[in-house]
Amino acid sequence: MSWGLEIVKAVGLTIAVFTFLAVVAAMLGVLLERKIGGWIQSRLGPKHVGPQGLLQTVADTIKLLQKEHIAPRAADTAIFNTAPLIVAVAGLLDWIVIPFGPNLIVRDLNIGVVFFAAMASLTVVGILVGGFASNNKYSLLGGLRSASQMISYELPLATALIAVAMQAGTLSTLGIVNAQAQRGWFVFLQFPAFVIFLIAATAEVNRVPFDLPEAESELVAGYFSEYTGMRFALFQLGEYAEMFAMAAMATTLFLGGWRGPILPPVIWFLLKMYLIVFLLMWTRWTFPRLRLDQLLNLSWKLLLPAGLIWILITGFFITFF
Amino acid sequence: MLLLDWLYVGVFAVVGLGMAALPMAIVWALAPRVAHAQKRLTYESGVVPFGQAWAQFNVRYYLFGLIFVIFDVEVIYLYPWAIVFQRLGKFAFVEMLIFLTILLIGLAYAWRKGALEWA
Repeated sequence: MSWGLEIVKAVGLTIAVFTFLAVVAAMLGVLLERKIGGWIQSRLGPKHVGPQGLLQTVADTIKLLQKEHIAPRAADTAIFNTAPLIVAVAGLLDWIVIPFGPNLIVRDLNIGVVFFAAMASLTVVGILVGGFASNNKYSLLGGLRSASQMISYELPLATALIAVAMQAGTLSTLGIVNAQAQRGWFVFLQFPAFVIFLIAATAEVNRVPFDLPEAESELVAGYFSEYTGMRFALFQLGEYAEMFAMAAMATTLFLGGWRGPILPPVIWFLLKMYLIVFLLMWTRWTFPRLRLDQLLNLSWKLLLPAGLIWILITGFFITFF
Repeated sequence: MLLLDWLYVGVFAVVGLGMAALPMAIVWALAPRVAHAQKRLTYESGVVPFGQAWAQFNVRYYLFGLIFVIFDVEVIYLYPWAIVFQRLGKFAFVEMLIFLTILLIGLAYAWRKGALEWA
């Protein structure tokens, strides 16, 4: 084990994961969102660019790469420019602990699940920085509201993760998938934790019904009002990467990760991940938006006490049975 | 091996930052740059912006942040307990029951005092 070789491996893996994210999460994910949204609304999504509209996001990306970079004169240029990078990197770092197959994980950190929650929190920093640096009332308020929403939902997310860790006896994601081999999928054993996780994950990525911070009808575009062109695309890349990471973590923790009968493990993992992504997109196009005080109440007064009480119930059943 | 784990995380962060900055570099190379004063005005739905942008904002945001910090520290205490409590038996469970009850009472207090209202 030489350090040089490991560094080369790490660089290669980063490039591979980033490319995977850019293609699957950003390009296919955005296209999927538009197509599914179209079908739910009884219309077709994009269909002209490429076969069945598959090259739509490629065309969008090429267009965005040629847009002029405009920054408001009053904005704080240094941190204005770094905020999208923070959000994109936070979305990328989450993928270190996601297992695609029996040994297909970048690095099986022994605190995998805690690391995942921590990287999800980094997005809050990027959003606050972006909102503040824009020197725009809409951006500032949007950033603050988004930050307070995201930190409020960190806690129920953490309680769901703790309940699963209690059931599996380990914080490592590989260990949790292996524990599901013996005891059955945790979606059955820990169904309340699954529900709490999905709701908290939807709120963590600022999706409807929790997308008030970026609601077009409310705050223009919230914290990214002043961001144009590729910077806007980087924010979106970070958010979509985060959404796919949450879906991947939900399959790892609750749906048995890569386990399944006939097909290769990676195919099962991707199938399950896309199932959860479809669920998230389905709720986006179905439900109306919650008001900010409604969604904060949901987190602090319902999900957090429910999560803590579920931890106690899980502990009770594991200790006494 | 722990150091190796975190080497991977470090490399990921640095190379990821570089790869995220790559589109920026492409934009810098490809995009036009036509200077025009109106382009750099702050956006305010079409009107001329007035007042300070970095205005005062409500203290509610700070309250939520504060309560979040308290419960986040509690959650950090729960993570190691979650792994080892199976081996420690009934005593660990009762102890955590007491800890969580105290914190749930704290949450109820904050609720009653109105710290969780609005935002």
